Amino acid sequence: MNYQWHWGVFLQPSASGDDTYLGWMLSGLKMTIALSLSAWVLALALGALIGVLRTAPNKWLAGFATAYVELFRNIPLLVQLFIWYFVLPELLPESIGNAYKQSNPMLQQFLASMICLALFTSARVAEQVRAGINSLPKGQKNAGLALGFTLPQTYRFVILPMAFRLVVPPLTSEFLNIFKNSAVCSTIGLLELAAQGRQLVDYTAQPYESFIAVTVAYLLINVTVMFLMRKVEHRVAVPGYLGGK
Amino acid sequence: MIKISNVSKNYGAFDVLKDCSTTVQKGEVVVVCGPSGSGKSTLIKCVNGLEPFQSGEIIVDGTSVGDPKTNLSKLRSRVGMVFQHFELFPHMSITENLAIAQIKVLGRKQDEAMDKGLKLLDRVGLKAHAHKFPGQLSGGQQQRVAIARALAMDPICMLFDEPTSALDPEMINEVLDVMTELAQEGMTMMCVTHEMGFAKRVANRVIFMDHGRIVEDDSKEAFFANPRSERAQQFLAKILHH
Amino acid sequence: MYEFDWSSIPGALPFLWDGMKISLEITLTAVVIGIVWGTLLAMMRLSSLKPLALFAAGYVNLFRAVPLVMVLLWFFLIVPKFIEQLFGLPPGTDLRLTSAMIGFALFESAYYSEIIRAGIQSVPKGQMAACSALGMTYGQAMRLVILPQAFRNMVPLLLTQAIILFQDTSLVYVSALADFFGAAYKVGDRDGRLVELLLFAGAVYFVICFAASTVVKRLQKKFHPA
Ligand SMILES: Nc1ncnc2c1ncn2[C@@H]1O[C@H](COP(=O)(O)OP(=O)(O)OP(=O)(O)O)[C@@H](O)[C@H]1O
Ligand SMILES: [Mg+2]
Repeated sequence: MNYQWHWGVFLQPSASGDDTYLGWMLSGLKMTIALSLSAWVLALALGALIGVLRTAPNKWLAGFATAYVELFRNIPLLVQLFIWYFVLPELLPESIGNAYKQSNPMLQQFLASMICLALFTSARVAEQVRAGINSLPKGQKNAGLALGFTLPQTYRFVILPMAFRLVVPPLTSEFLNIFKNSAVCSTIGLLELAAQGRQLVDYTAQPYESFIAVTVAYLLINVTVMFLMRKVEHRVAVPGYLGGK
Repeated sequence: MIKISNVSKNYGAFDVLKDCSTTVQKGEVVVVCGPSGSGKSTLIKCVNGLEPFQSGEIIVDGTSVGDPKTNLSKLRSRVGMVFQHFELFPHMSITENLAIAQIKVLGRKQDEAMDKGLKLLDRVGLKAHAHKFPGQLSGGQQQRVAIARALAMDPICMLFDEPTSALDPEMINEVLDVMTELAQEGMTMMCVTHEMGFAKRVANRVIFMDHGRIVEDDSKEAFFANPRSERAQQFLAKILHH
Repeated sequence: MYEFDWSSIPGALPFLWDGMKISLEITLTAVVIGIVWGTLLAMMRLSSLKPLALFAAGYVNLFRAVPLVMVLLWFFLIVPKFIEQLFGLPPGTDLRLTSAMIGFALFESAYYSEIIRAGIQSVPKGQMAACSALGMTYGQAMRLVILPQAFRNMVPLLLTQAIILFQDTSLVYVSALADFFGAAYKVGDRDGRLVELLLFAGAVYFVICFAASTVVKRLQKKFHPA
């Protein structure tokens, strides 16, 4: 086998002329990060809400939350993405649907990807939040109520602050997952990191360099996220508990 | 102050409380004892509505606990409760533990709540630990903070659910001392406990429960001198031998 | 309002079923290879031989850090060319299904190995000591005592991972392989009925995965009655 390695390829001007291939990669990286972070913020908010609802004493609320989690957990991410991207615009009222379809295609891809990743991840976050809440001693809730807190106050001041601290380590892996899962969005044409990698293979005919570079970029994201979450873990450590001293 | 009339509660086919009735007068100290699983915790949690019950009535300071129209949070804010496992809030410092409910429930100002908290902390002998977190205190210290936290709400009565049974023997007394002092100051108290020494010292009455029923409800003198039921006799014999 | 027309589905069922067979085939191979190779990786990682432990740790961390889509792209775009050249196969041999299976298996082994490692570590240390005391070798102890206990604890997790894997097989879409999802997409695209076919595919996945995870939950209750 005689493959011609050529790492300099990244510095060559790209096919579009106004950029280098390295520039392509970086723009893909930016897209991956923007998409994952925005979806993550939404997923955290939604997941916290659904996770709390799953522990609610009201049968209907808890049932709704369970159905939500089951729905998003039992359909493949790719199928969900295609439904958001191809199906939803068709089902919207005609005027809104048409306006949407005429908007910038990149915006459409980004919105579909963000909503899809956010909801998919929120179901997983919700499970972690629920597990966190359920792992607290039951007496904590009673102690809150016994002091005269209402149930919402008890969640707000007593249960959730501890549950979120407990949930930071498992959430780290969900945070990592959202970056990895964002690669699925290359299938609807969103030019994130994996898609740029594919383009690089097509345009440069240097498949090894291209894929190695993209793979390394994902490894770097991974390391960075783990580092950041480790910091968060330290920040929220409770003295005397949970890795606090 | 507390009037429990014909309260029954069941989990499906299992009866936890069967037709329980008793009263606690203002300033009275009532000790509840009985074998494990007899329903003591359930009974005391019914008093501030932490456990719902199916029939009967509980009146606390003129308010019916079982009435769906009752504002339970408001009632609970006036009834102090101390738990077996302390249940301090681990993510808050001791001062925050003492202040949070005063501020959020009673609407007191931050300064006022802090002052009150520190005063009570001093009273239970823990002023030096104000800035610490619950996880950094011993069990006995945590339980004293928990008592101070309940007192900070200016309760009209106090409920204790086995406040010393999760403690190492050498810490039991520091908690009992605080409780004794409280009793001597005239606090109305309902205590689930197996500390018979404490009962002999400060209780006005002793209630003995077995299988969800109140089997004995007597003055402490009568109870210790001559328990009427065989179950209570056996129970006392076992406990006093320890 | 959108007007649904489900009429293209009945005729396409045999084609979709062929797709489902491919999905199941990939799932099954990847689960079997994943568990075997994952067990080996877990044992390597826990072994006292440094190079083995390092290799396993590197392997597992690498595959767990990279998106499955990336791994599949490697296996569709690069590995086939590599294999063609290596074995002198005629160019254009269809290696997609094989690549998919290998790619999935290698990827999933990393995840399986973590589950299995946790399972092995959940067996009390005293068990290994007891085996040594009885004169068993490390291999015998693992095979006869530790692994059987570990697997018993792990069954629900291994099955849950298999359900996730089944969902992930839809990603072979990137290679234009007609698995169940690929087949549904092709039919929808051909008939201009993408909306119906995508919803149908979603519903089928949901029914299968929901049923399977319900069974797993039952099993879990049986294994670990709370
Ligand atoms: N949620 C529940 N569902 C079913 N049974 C319950 C539930 N909670 C408590 N019980 C049962 O009710 C009975 C009384 O419980 P309770 O906690 O009041 O007993 P106790 O007298 O406080 O015992 P201990 O001394 O162990 O604290 C026990 O037999 C217990 O098993
Ligand atoms: Mg009890």
